[in-house]
Parts: sequence; C-alpha cells; structure tokens
Amino acid sequence: MNELLYIVEDSLTGLLTGGIYALMAVGMVLVFKATRVVNFAHGTIMMVGTYFFFSFSLLVQQLGLSFWVSVPLALLSTGLLGMFLERVLMRPLLGQSVFSMIMVTVALISVLEGLTILIWTSDAQYPPGLFPLQISFIWEAAVNMQLFWGFVIGLSLFVLISIVLFLTRIGVALRATASDQATAYSMGINVPGVFGMTWMVAAMTGCLAGILLAPLNSLTPSLGHLGLSVLAVIILGGLDSLLGTLIAALLIGWLEAMTGHFLGGDYREVMPYIVVLLIIVIRPYGLFGSKEVERI
Amino acid sequence: MHIGNARSSYQADEVMWKRPAHKGAMLLIILSLLILPFWVGPYHLMLMSQLGIFVIAIAGLNILTGYTGLISLGQGAFMGIGAYTTAVLATGYGFPPWATFPLSIIMTALIGIGFGLPSLRVRGLYLTIATLAANVIIVFAIRKLEWLTNGDRGINIEPAILFGFSIESELEKYFVIAPLALLFVLFSQNLFRTKIGRAFIAIREQDYSAEIMGISLIRYKLTAFAIGSAYAGAAGSLWAYFFTALTPNQFNLSQSILFLAALIIGGMGTTLGPLFGAVFVILVPETLRAIAGLITPYYPLALQATAPITEIIYGLLIIGFLIFEPMGLSAIWARIWRYIDRWPFTR
Repeated sequence: MNELLYIVEDSLTGLLTGGIYALMAVGMVLVFKATRVVNFAHGTIMMVGTYFFFSFSLLVQQLGLSFWVSVPLALLSTGLLGMFLERVLMRPLLGQSVFSMIMVTVALISVLEGLTILIWTSDAQYPPGLFPLQISFIWEAAVNMQLFWGFVIGLSLFVLISIVLFLTRIGVALRATASDQATAYSMGINVPGVFGMTWMVAAMTGCLAGILLAPLNSLTPSLGHLGLSVLAVIILGGLDSLLGTLIAALLIGWLEAMTGHFLGGDYREVMPYIVVLLIIVIRPYGLFGSKEVERI
Repeated sequence: MHIGNARSSYQADEVMWKRPAHKGAMLLIILSLLILPFWVGPYHLMLMSQLGIFVIAIAGLNILTGYTGLISLGQGAFMGIGAYTTAVLATGYGFPPWATFPLSIIMTALIGIGFGLPSLRVRGLYLTIATLAANVIIVFAIRKLEWLTNGDRGINIEPAILFGFSIESELEKYFVIAPLALLFVLFSQNLFRTKIGRAFIAIREQDYSAEIMGISLIRYKLTAFAIGSAYAGAAGSLWAYFFTALTPNQFNLSQSILFLAALIIGGMGTTLGPLFGAVFVILVPETLRAIAGLITPYYPLALQATAPITEIIYGLLIIGFLIFEPMGLSAIWARIWRYIDRWPFTR
C-alpha cells in the first residue's frame, strides 16, 4: 500500500514538473513554427533569464521593494535579449541552410554560458522562490506547493498563448508566416516583425519557466542543459503542434518521475534522450506533428 | 563565389596534386613534421600530438558531415568508445597496441553504424538531435558499465609498447601520432577520388537525385557513418595512450560541439579544413592562457577567466564564420592560391 502511495506521489510530482516543461517547450515550438529553426540555446536563454531574475531580486531587496517587482523586470530584459539575438544572429541567416541556423544556436550556448560564468561565476546561487516552500496533501499524497503553482502558471500561460495564436491578429500573422513566408510577405504581414516577436515571447516564457524551476534545486549555469532534454518534449509532441507539446510535456515529466522511482536518479537524466532516439527512429513527426512533405 | 572549374576529364578531376606547388608544399610539411619536434620543448610537442589526434577525429567528422552532409553531434562520444575499447582491452586483458588500435576502430565503426540507422529515415535537424541523443546515451553507458569501465573514477592505462620500445616521452608519442594523422588525412583525400567518395558527395548534394542515379542510400549512408566513426575510434585509441587517464566526462557533448566547431572554422568538405580547424581550436586556449599569464600580475583572477572566455570565443568564431565565411578558412586559403595562380589577371 505504501509503495503504491509513493508511486502516486511521484507520478503527481512528475506531471506537475511536466507543466513547467510545457512552458519551456512552448517557446521552442513558437520559434520553430515561425522560423523553422529549433533553438538549441533556448534552455541557455532561460538560464540567463533566471540569472537576471536573481540579480534583480537582490537589487530590489536593496531598494526595499517587494521582490515581485523583479519578475517583470527579468521578463522584460530577457525578452529584449531574445529580440536582440534574433535581430543580430538569425536575421542575417534568413534563407541560408538549416544547418547554419542550427549551428548558430548551438554556438550561442557556448557564448551565453561563458558570459554567465564570467558575470555570475559558476557557483550555485539561490534565487528566492515565488511561492513559499510548503507541502500540501492531495488525499494522502504529499505535493510541493511551489511545484503546484508552477504547474498552474505554466498551464494557464500555455492556454493563453494558444488562445492568442488562434484568435488574434498577431496569432494569424504568425500562423500565416509559418505556413508560407513568401505569401505572408505579399499579403502585407511584417514577417521579420513576427520573427522578432516570437523570439521575444519565447525568451520571456523561458525566463518564467526558469524562475519557477530554480528554487526547486539551485541556479547554476548548467540549468541551461535542461533545454536539451526539453528537445524530447517537442520532438515527441511533433515540433509544430501545441496540443502535442502539452501532452508530450506531461508524458515526459511523468516518465522521468517513474524512471527516477524505479531505476534511480541517474537514469532520469538520460531517459529523455532515449525517448528522443526512439521517436526519431519510429515516428519522426511525433505524436501530433504534421508529416513533412518533401518537394523535389 | 567561385563556381565551376576548367577540368574536362575525370582524370583531370581525380589528380592527387592539383598544382605542382602542392607536391612541394606536401614535401615541406613532411619535412617540417620531421624536423620541428627536435627543437620545440616537450609542452609544444604535447600540443602537436594533441593536434594530430584532433585532426584524425575532425577528418572523420568531415567525411560524415562535410562530404556526406549527415550532421553529427556525436563524434566526441564515438571517440570515447575508441578510447575505452583500447583502455579496457589493454588494462583488463593485456592486449598489445597493434591489436587494440584496429579493434578500437572496428568496434567504433560497428557502433557508429548502429547509431547511423536513424539517418536512413531522417535528415538535417532530426539527425542532429538523434546524434546529440546518441552522444548523451553513449557517455551515460560508459559511466554506468562500472564493472568494465570503472565508471566516473576512470581508467589509467600503461604506456604502449611497440616493437619492444615503451612509448612514454612526448617525442616518442609524437612520432607515433604524427605519421598516423598524416596517413588518415591522405586516406580521406584519396577516398574522394573513388566511387564511394563520389557517392558521398552526390548524397550530400541531393539524396533523392543520388538514389535515382543508382546510389544505394542505405549502403552509402551507413558506410559514411562507419568510416566517420572509424576515424573517431582511431583518434580515441591514440587519445587513450596519449593522455593515459580516461574519464567519461572527456567525451561529453561539448567535445562533439568542439569538433563540429573546428570543422566549420576550418572549412567543411575540404581536405585541409580539419587541419586548419584543429590548429585553430588548439591555439585559441593556448593564446588566451599566454595572455592571461601576462596580465596576472595586474589582475590576479585572469587565469580563472580563460576557460569561459575560450568558450565564448569558440562560440563567436562559429557564428562569425557561418555568417561571413561559411566555407571556413580553407576558402580563404583557396582564394590566396587562386590569386597567385591567375596573377596579374585577378584581384
């Protein structure tokens, strides 16, 4: 009976973590939808954003303000960073091969990580949690409330982004760009503007995910590597499907928790990569992705 | 951009030495490789041996990524397989170097074929992610097979014994590694004068067209993975004897990214690319360390900052080359030669 309770508890934790993964993955999916580039550096941008939050929280504390002020400040600066990176690095490569774009984002990992170590050193930092660390019980299973609120925020933002994508003019512009750049241009859509905006939104959602995740362990420059395991989420979800990403995020979160439960913490880290390899071999377009039709 | 060439027959296209000067340059390189080690110190000799190992690994990646167009972020882990095969066979079972070296190559090639299987279904982005996953999984497997590899504690291996000589000093190591590196580079140059190499290039340009022309994609893509990994295996085997202490962390993702960076900087799909790239990635941290040594008296933390600054410079170099000179240093090299060739008719 006790064993069953532990499994339920771990499953809950896994699903809740999955909600935060969804928030991380949504930025990658948006960028992929708009620009056809998978941003390998997404996790690294998230890590930098979390460091922004950490610094702002210290600054705000010195000024005697509530630390909630540092959240919008961090989001804003990370959003600007995202826009800047798109403008300076990705825009010159428009129309170049996919390989160049992927490699630029890979190179960005080293640049941002190196800068972070230079500025904040590689020691672990402990940014304040947005929510108090407490345990609540759902029936009998213990749940970390920080994780719970992270899940709620992640999920609601996810829903918000989906609504924006499908019901507003900006969303229509993004979807038009995604389906055909040239036509979108000729219909008067500001395509480069769409690119800049998606990078900004992606960076901001990533930053928020980082802020929610950081208090659960600690903040080090290697937080960015989480972005690589989120690749499993977006590949499983099908790269361009929002619904698929949500389901995949919850699934991966749960699978991670279960591997951790049955095989131990080490296997947790490698599990997403095994999933990724299996999906690519068996079903490259993921659960809900559109099958790519190649024209010769 | 430079398009087309004046060759009108296959013989002209297949010549090994495109210019008489190349032959001279080759002789000059071999001569300097023979003489140089005797008047540089052990530290620089060590760097030169490391360069040789890097050149082999990057030349393998060049065959896979530069010539066949299959992007791989797994070369570092494949090198790890080679290194660990050598270490386990040498320390655990007492195999001599002339047996561990080929066995490491074969082992790595076989595993390379295994992880090359996804390349039959996916390309580009998906393949990059698949090889990235392969890298993580391989390093994890090396860490977890503790009864074989000693896990995170690593393995120390004895110096190689060749023809009764124990290869211990930097000079001895150099004279084993340098000729092998030269041999592997020449092999890759020669490969692209053969049917197999031409099939690789055809696949890179457009795999559907290649298939329509009768090139078996299954066969040649897997061959490319086998050869590319075999190079990594050779580099890894030398790495094991050269560094003597192995830990799984030496072969993680950043090693693979470093190799790909070197290839981009040097120039993909050229013979000299791996050489230029390897020289570059080895010189950058060395130069930085030298500069840090100079400014340490004024700013004591300088040495600590070299590691992150090296990382930043690698990243910036990749980005800069991709945006401004996608064909890398060998494109600049070729431009210089073209200028000399056609002087005074061209700028």
